[in-house]
Amino acid sequence: MAVRELSFSVRDGECLALFGPNGAGKTTLLRVLAGLLRPTGGTARIAGVPIPGGAAARAVVGLISHQSMLYSALTARENVEFAARLYGVTAPADAAMRALEKLRIAERAESAVRSLSRGMQQRVSIARAIVHDPRVVLLDEPYTGLDEGGAAALTDALQSLKTAGAALVLVTHHLGEGLALASHTAIMRDGRFVQHAARGGVDVESYRDQYRQAVRS
Amino acid sequence: MLAAAGLIARKDLAIEFRTRSAFLAALVFSLLAIVIFYFAWDATAVPASDLAPGVLWVIFTFSGVLGLHRSFGVEEADRAIDALIASPIDREAVFLGKALANLVFVLGVQAVAIPAVALFYNLPMGRVLGPLTLIAVLAAVGLVAVGTLFSAMAVNTRLAELLLPMLALPFFVPIVLPAAQSTARLLAGRPVAEAMSWLRILIAFDIVFVVACALAFPFTLED
Amino acid sequence: MTAPPPPAAHRDRFDWLLTVAVLAVAGTMVRAIAFTPIEANQGAAQKIFYIHAPSAFVGLYIAFGLVAVAGALYLWLRDERLDRIAASSAEVGVVFTTVVLITGPIWGKPIWGTWWTWDARLTLTLFLWFVYLGYLILRGAIDDASVRARYSAVLGVLGALLVPFIHLSVYLFRTLHPMPIVLKPSSPSLPPEMLTTFFLALASFTLLFVALLRARYRLATVLDALVDEEAAEPSSMGTLRAEPLR
Repeated sequence: MAVRELSFSVRDGECLALFGPNGAGKTTLLRVLAGLLRPTGGTARIAGVPIPGGAAARAVVGLISHQSMLYSALTARENVEFAARLYGVTAPADAAMRALEKLRIAERAESAVRSLSRGMQQRVSIARAIVHDPRVVLLDEPYTGLDEGGAAALTDALQSLKTAGAALVLVTHHLGEGLALASHTAIMRDGRFVQHAARGGVDVESYRDQYRQAVRS
Repeated sequence: MLAAAGLIARKDLAIEFRTRSAFLAALVFSLLAIVIFYFAWDATAVPASDLAPGVLWVIFTFSGVLGLHRSFGVEEADRAIDALIASPIDREAVFLGKALANLVFVLGVQAVAIPAVALFYNLPMGRVLGPLTLIAVLAAVGLVAVGTLFSAMAVNTRLAELLLPMLALPFFVPIVLPAAQSTARLLAGRPVAEAMSWLRILIAFDIVFVVACALAFPFTLED
Repeated sequence: MTAPPPPAAHRDRFDWLLTVAVLAVAGTMVRAIAFTPIEANQGAAQKIFYIHAPSAFVGLYIAFGLVAVAGALYLWLRDERLDRIAASSAEVGVVFTTVVLITGPIWGKPIWGTWWTWDARLTLTLFLWFVYLGYLILRGAIDDASVRARYSAVLGVLGALLVPFIHLSVYLFRTLHPMPIVLKPSSPSLPPEMLTTFFLALASFTLLFVALLRARYRLATVLDALVDEEAAEPSSMGTLRAEPLR
């Protein structure tokens, strides 16, 4: 069993930063929330909709992972527009361009994804994930492989999502970036939260000590 | 659900059209195979119209299988399949959409291969063209139903490209046999009614396996 | 879900069921060879029937039926024991089916004059043999246990759906392409002594199947428990990269 007895809530405009060693169950947790995995027990709610909630629950969620989930033969715009149509967004073409602009990659909209650098692909992937204005955004190590420019664009996009009222769950190994966005943090180990707190002015170094403590015990 | 299936089918066809490599490969393979079969089986000893049905449907099977792998290959490459499953659309719509795209692919190859066989084997195509098209469509539907499902499974295994034909070919026999037998009868000038008993098997196969594969498809996705 | 620890007693205990089954089969074969009349038309070669027919019954109907049913139940209940039953049944079933495919030609050559005939039953056996092989190779090509179980179950159920279509196709093929009349082996017009031997063979082969299935299932349970133990080893502590706050 990868994940057990978790209890947490993330409200609109908040961001939960989730840390933990590999194999702790963080990815599994996100996949359950995204509707990709069926939980064997327990209850969860996404934006008030219970999980597993079928199409209604999936419609309000955006998923970002370190895999781009794009079709490399299609252009950036085609990928994002396809996602917009999947979610039933009105005026999908306009929504796609807006999402690409938000990630500052609109000038490459007509380039095939395979011709883009990893960082740019990740930005297109994020645009794909948010094109339908999701109320919950799940991010599984999105900073992986991003250069400085890409990481900055990602952080900005996530900040604006928070401001717009989305709830974020961010799984990351990048302590600094995670703490910058987080309204509360959690450390996961062996499928459980071993630490769960409102962030409240913790700096990176002392948090790093806390982290080491939590996973060592 | 049909709208979602159509969306996915269009997306798949857009990808295939952008690269065209799989379609061209299947096409070239078919033509080469037809030529090789022609020389391997002496058409002077046995009438060409006796050999042609077998050649036609064997090539149909193998070229059909060739194109199937790419169907889920594009989804697996960067885990685009996750984005599909995480979206609100029905899983069955994903299956239908991909099967539709595969159907277009297979029929596209057949649109070239069948006339090629007719050309090389000097077949009197005129009066059989209608029924033959019907048989081709029915056979393609069955092949695509089973093939789409198995390619969804094969893409997650180690031997994907070998595994797909190995799993699928036993299931293609109830397609190939009726198709070849009815084609042979039609080419021999027999009335369509004689081919009907074979066609009934083919139609029954199509109905049973389109439904069964659509129902089985969600089980091939992570759950 | 981890597999229960292997019952310690069974690892070394004498498999009495298997022994009884093997003795039963041996006994039936002795009866078939020495104590059952020789069939008038086919001669001594007909005796292979007592291996061929029961193997077919077990391999095709019991074993494959179990693979399909256990698979379908697995898809519904998600109990990994069902997957183990299906996989064990497939392995044992493919052995019985291979026996059918070998004994068929051996029987056929002296009687029909050919090694192979597209007899409806033999053809169906051949196709199920291919589906079995595909099933086992599919399992071998997947590392993840739950994916393997799901995919095998799907293949098993679809394979079962295939059977009537192969039957139909071959039947239609044969009625439209008359072939030399083949002596039908399982007709009840067998004289009483042969019928008795036949049913004894059927029973003993079924017993053998059950014994082999149980043995294979136990082995699968032990192996799964071992794999679970390896997977449960404590994971190494993840490293955390800290970068200056921007």
